[in-house]
This record gives sequence, C-alpha cells and structure tokens, in this order.
Amino acid sequence: MKRIIAKEEVCMGCGLCEVYCTVQHSKSKDIIKAYNREHPRPLSRIRLETNRPVSFTIQCRHCEDAPCVTACLSGAMRKDEETGLVTHDEEKCMGCWTCIMVCSYGAIKMDVSGKVIAKCDLCSELDVPACVANCPNGALVLQEVTP
Amino acid sequence: MPKYVIIGASAAGIGAVEAIREVDPVGTITVISEELCPQYSRPMISDFISGKATLEKMKCRDDRFWEKNEVQALTGRTAVRLNLADRYVELDGGDRVNFEKLLLATGGKPFIPKIEGADKEGVFTFTTFSDAERLAKKIESAKRAVVIGAGLIGVSVAEALTKRGLEVTMVEVKDKILSLILDPAASEMVENVIRKAGVTIVTGQMVQRILGKPEDANVVDSAVLTHGDQVPCDLVIIAIGVVPRMEIVAGTDVKTNRGIIVDKSMQTSVPDVYASGDVAEAYDFVLNENRLLALWPLAQLEGRVAGYNMAGKKADYTGGTSMSALKYFGIPLISVGIANPKEDGYEVLVKHDPEKSLYKKLVLKDNVIVGMIFVNDIERAGIIFHLMKNCVNVKKFKQELISENFGLAMLPSRLRKKMCLEG
Repeated sequence: MKRIIAKEEVCMGCGLCEVYCTVQHSKSKDIIKAYNREHPRPLSRIRLETNRPVSFTIQCRHCEDAPCVTACLSGAMRKDEETGLVTHDEEKCMGCWTCIMVCSYGAIKMDVSGKVIAKCDLCSELDVPACVANCPNGALVLQEVTP
Repeated sequence: MPKYVIIGASAAGIGAVEAIREVDPVGTITVISEELCPQYSRPMISDFISGKATLEKMKCRDDRFWEKNEVQALTGRTAVRLNLADRYVELDGGDRVNFEKLLLATGGKPFIPKIEGADKEGVFTFTTFSDAERLAKKIESAKRAVVIGAGLIGVSVAEALTKRGLEVTMVEVKDKILSLILDPAASEMVENVIRKAGVTIVTGQMVQRILGKPEDANVVDSAVLTHGDQVPCDLVIIAIGVVPRMEIVAGTDVKTNRGIIVDKSMQTSVPDVYASGDVAEAYDFVLNENRLLALWPLAQLEGRVAGYNMAGKKADYTGGTSMSALKYFGIPLISVGIANPKEDGYEVLVKHDPEKSLYKKLVLKDNVIVGMIFVNDIERAGIIFHLMKNCVNVKKFKQELISENFGLAMLPSRLRKKMCLEG
C-alpha cells in the first residue's frame, strides 16, 4: 500500500498542504468558495507540525495494525483489506474520541461539527493526494510501503 | 464438531471471530449469544436513549457479519454449563455444543447494590440493548430521573436523559464525580458543565431506599438519600458499574480471582479454554499486573489475541490500562492510567487554564509517563499514550508535553523519526 512520507529537511512550513487538503475536502473543491463561503470552513485532515526550525506534516499513517480500528466503539473505523486504507464512516461515527486517545501520531482530529472525527483518506478519489501534489518543495512524497 | 466455540458475541466475541478468520478460513465457529442482535455497540446505548442513534447505527458490524465469517450464531440462547472433561457447552434447553477451543466472552452484568425497593417498576440498569429499549419506552412518560452512580456509565445516562428533557439528579457515593478516572480539578471542570446542563449532582451520598407511589407501591415515586432527602422521580437508573459474569465456570478447573485469570495469550488455567473482555483479568501495562477493566477497546483487543491463539497463531496481549475517552455534555476528555496518584513517589506536571477550560496533567514515575488527563484540547493525547505504552523516558522533554502547542515536532528527532517511519 501507499503511504505519505514527510521529508522534514526540505519542508518550509508554508502550510500549502493544509490549504489544498481543506479544498479537497470541501463541498465546492474551489479554494475561494471553500475558504470564504462554506460555513463552517472544512477542516484540513492533515496537520503541519512546527517547532522551529523543524517543520513537517503528519497525517493518518493507515497503520498495518491500526489501534484506532480495534479501539473504535462504533465500527466506523475499518481497515480495508484490499486497499490497506484505514477508512472512516462518518455516518457510523459516534464521536467518542477513543480513536484520538490511541493514535500514536495525534493524526485524528475532531471535525468542525464537534460530533465526529476527521482524518486523512489519502484522497482516495485522486491518483496523488492533494497535499503531495501541491507541495512546492517536494517535502511530501507518496511511497509504496510493504506491510 | 465445531472447532471454535465462543460464548458471548459483543466486543471480545467479535474480535475473536475476526482474528480466527484471518488465520483459519475454514474451521467451524459457533457463537452463543443471549442477545438476538448481538453485534451492536454497548457504549452506544446512551446515544440510543438520547435519540441520537438508531439500532441500525449502533450495529458495529453489518447484518451479514456472522454469515460472511461463516459463523453459526446461536442467538437468543444461553450457555448454562461447561463440561471441560468431555469438552462441551450445555445450552438452555439441554442441547450440547462440543468444542476443541473455547472462548469465554461472557462480559459483565450490572452491579446492583442492596437498596430497599430496587425491585420496583421504574428501576432500570443500563447494560444490554433490551434494557435500553425498555428504558427508552418508559422515558416517553417520565419527567424526573435519579441516576445512581457518577462514573462513566452514570454520566452517559445522565446526558442521554437530559437530552430527552428529563430532570436528572445524579447521586454519587464518593465526594467527586468520575473519581476513578479524574483528579479533583478535572472532576470539578466536568461537574460545572454538567450542572450548567441542568443536572443536579449530589455527592457523598447514596440512595438508601426507593419508595413506591401511594396508589401503587410497586411503582417508583421517589428516592431517599443518605441524609434523608427525598427526591421525587419516575425513574431510577442504577449505573454503578459491572461485575464479571463468571457463573459458568463455577465448579470447573478454570481459576478465578475477581475475574477469570488468564495468561498473556488470554488462555485460562485450563488448556484450550480462553477468556476475554469484561469477564477476564487481563494485563495492565501501567500497573504491571492483571486486573479487571471493563472497557470496549480492550475487550476487542483481548478477543483478537484469544482468537489468534485459538487458531494457532501465537500472539501476546501487550496490555491495556484504565483508559477512557469521554464526549458527554460537550466536554471532551481523555484519562489514562494512574491519573490521580494516591501515594508518594510520583511527579505531576499540570497545565491548567481555567479561562480556556484547558487542563493537561501528566503523572510520571522515574521519568516515564504512567498517567494523564487531557480536558478539551485532546487531539494530541494519543502521542502521550504512545510514550506511555512504550515506557519512553521523557526526562529531557517533559515540560514540552503539556505545552499548549505540543505535537510530534517537539519530540526528540530520533524518537520522532522512528515513530513516523513505523506504523
């Protein structure tokens, strides 16, 4: 399966990855509309981590043995056997935050509604995730990893 | 003859089925469950009561789960006896199910203290879906409720009933609510939020008696508290906790303490007989001992470990600990491990910002994190949990762990890179 790897030595901390993630997870998929006209503003599923001079972006690692899947109280978090993705079903999610408690990367967010969680879906409808495609410095790369 | 027999089809039973099928696609599996539709999420019962979730939403696995995994699901049936010498389970009705490998995932039953009048109509527990259905019906005509217990279950019930418009009084025998998982400061934060939502909280008292109506003594009319106050109510919910359901191993060679004793493979003292979930005393990685912990995520994990071992794939349970994430009354919080140490010898780091309602607390022993409480700003708590579970020495960066913008970037480079390349 594929995983996004952050290269912190070339990350400038510009935050464009978060911007493109927000747009990709908006209704309109349009940067102006997503930022100005969608209320509440859609959430970036990834997180830019900064502690100068260090910066890099972290998102769901789609772990092989994913603790969030086993911990999920509602069955919303599943490991897709074919794609290897850890998928999240918003309809099933009860917003209990148990997955947040066990995610080693702090990569799961509370959605803007405050009722469900939100996390990286590896932009499953795109060939290359929006954050990777739009990083101006090649600090995010999509790599094939062997489980 | 079924190869695998599992008694109980909640978190641990489901986890075991999934693990067995990963290893053994063909061995026959029989699951025995008292409930008719067992694959629902118990922790979601409060959402069902509040009206937020339907049974459909509560199902943590789809309706074809048993079929897809080729499981013979004996639902609505009770396992009444074990014969370990001849290796069979006897069901209500007298029929027998033979096994090669057995998993006891019988779970817990509500703890009901001796209270005069607890048998009256209007007194409920809060564990199974059928409890929830009966309670949901009763709520339609009820106005006032007394919830006994202000732990995890009590708080969840109180929220659900409040959302349904009931006037709720929560009675807790300890001085603070959620006292098993919070310290006084965090408990007070939650208490304030709950009071604001309209709930009356009474601590340091117990319900002594439940009185009946003048016209019908069998129907709940009020609850009498320790100091003699009488709280009028239509409903009393007993939400103190659960005790393991171990009846089935009575008189067998399966060793028990407060729960069924298991090793790291989740096997009991009898070979080929495993136990998982609320009934088992499993390993706590913080206390470094086995204990009862009635928590859904742990039950599922223990079930998985048992399943692997039953199917012949060696797996060790790495352990859980007291770990709770709460969403109730809109105040997200996470508590793990020794969150409120009673003895000396611990180092406590606290960041409390009452204005922002933020609270972060870490408990350390010899520079290893053994407990935490995060209130409101909880999204990075999992990183701390990781450090805890892996016994990472945090001496050099402990102050950063409770800082407002704590994240992975604050961890030492070597540790961070190791973490991010794993998983």
